[in-house]
Amino acid sequence: MKALSEKLKVSLGGTSGPFGSRRMKTGWWGTEWPKVDLEKCTGCRLCEMYCPEPCIWIQDVDRKRKAVVDYDYCKGCGICSVVCPVGAITMEVKEMYKV
Amino acid sequence: MVVQVVRGFYAVAYAVKLCRPNVVCAYPITPQTEIVERLAEMYANGELKDCEYITAESEFGAASILVGAAAAGARTFTATCSQGLILMSEVLWNAAGLRLPIVLVVTNRAMSAPLSIWNDQQDSMLMRDAGIPQVYVENLQEAHDVIPQAFKVAEDRRVMLPFMVCMDGYKLTHAYEPIDVLSQEVVDGFLPRYNPPVYMTTKNPLTFGSYAPPHCYMELRVALQNAMTRAKEVISETCREWAKTVGRDWGGHLVEYFTEDAEVVAVAMGSLVGLVRDVVDEMRSRGRRVGLVKLRTLRPFPVEEVRRALRSANKVIVFERSVSFGYEGPVAIELKGALYRSGNTPEVYSIAVGLGGRDVPRALIVDCINKVIEGRIREGFHFEGVKPFEEVLAP
Repeated sequence: MKALSEKLKVSLGGTSGPFGSRRMKTGWWGTEWPKVDLEKCTGCRLCEMYCPEPCIWIQDVDRKRKAVVDYDYCKGCGICSVVCPVGAITMEVKEMYKV
Repeated sequence: MVVQVVRGFYAVAYAVKLCRPNVVCAYPITPQTEIVERLAEMYANGELKDCEYITAESEFGAASILVGAAAAGARTFTATCSQGLILMSEVLWNAAGLRLPIVLVVTNRAMSAPLSIWNDQQDSMLMRDAGIPQVYVENLQEAHDVIPQAFKVAEDRRVMLPFMVCMDGYKLTHAYEPIDVLSQEVVDGFLPRYNPPVYMTTKNPLTFGSYAPPHCYMELRVALQNAMTRAKEVISETCREWAKTVGRDWGGHLVEYFTEDAEVVAVAMGSLVGLVRDVVDEMRSRGRRVGLVKLRTLRPFPVEEVRRALRSANKVIVFERSVSFGYEGPVAIELKGALYRSGNTPEVYSIAVGLGGRDVPRALIVDCINKVIEGRIREGFHFEGVKPFEEVLAP
């Protein structure tokens, strides 16, 4: 977060350099996010293949292949939880949206 | 000085060639077609050096190709009108926001439906709010002269915006007129090579028009408005420079004609100006205090100039070539806005004539002005030159 006193700079025509969009964290857009049950996850990669962003992929977790979510950019569409064949991914409502 | 009798298409195409464009891309639409055909011919003959001529599958495609070309630092040109312009409009709004100096000629044509290929100025009105300067030209010499100025204004670092040159379809595009054809030396001396402040290459990739969330979108739109405000001065400045270099002064944003003591001032844009000027001359010779304002730029709108030109008018007649359906003629709407609290509030008559290529005879202009002088029509919006008709539900 920039200090409030810092002057906003806008480039001519809104241009930005390579990977500039990485600064734009879109993970706060969604109201839910996926939680992976590492016990159930078999590391089959189906969620990785279906994720439209892609924000979930299989990594080494304690030397086992498990699904890991990138919460910086996940918008909470829930596709991973639907395609998971072992029911290891559940969508949870974010704290701020709980009523 | 080389005076040649040429057609409107050639007057434009040849001026574009002299401006050394890097990419010309268009999709044909009557009455624009021959402008880009002439350019395609020049390209095929090898007269367009250091230039790519790309044929597109639609106006949307043509404008999109030019957005890419301009983002890569090319000097770009296209021409279109009517349905082509409305198809291009999504891309042109982007081009304005992306601050790409694409120059386009709009050969003003009526909008569908019903289908019409003939002239009025309804099409360019739909681009009014896009952030693109619009200049309306009266004759072929002006069209020829405005092209290098259009590139110069568009590419000015204070501006960096697309630029629309609006010329009446058929009335200008298909007309033959003697023009002083510009030389390459004159244009080269006036218009420097395009030096883009920012452009992308394969080695230096850039995103143009990045996603702007609420925290910065508004600032980019303010920047666009500021650029349009600066464009107003840059247009005047460029026009003065042209007058100095070439010797023809097109008057910047508007041209006043017998307005000093005029009680009735007619306002017109484009090819209609010549006829109205002639009528004003004739009425002046009979002692009528009539004047004329030739409005050249609709955007940026010359508020101060309009106020000055109409300072002594009691009645203003705006000859409209388009309609803002549900209100009145768009030019009168603009004009009234400019007159608000100006100290002089004349009666404004918004008179739509010659829609869809309907002939505007001299007698009609004379009749309109006389009706207004003699108080035979009410202030406000009127159509003139319309046949009596009845709308029926089925054919």
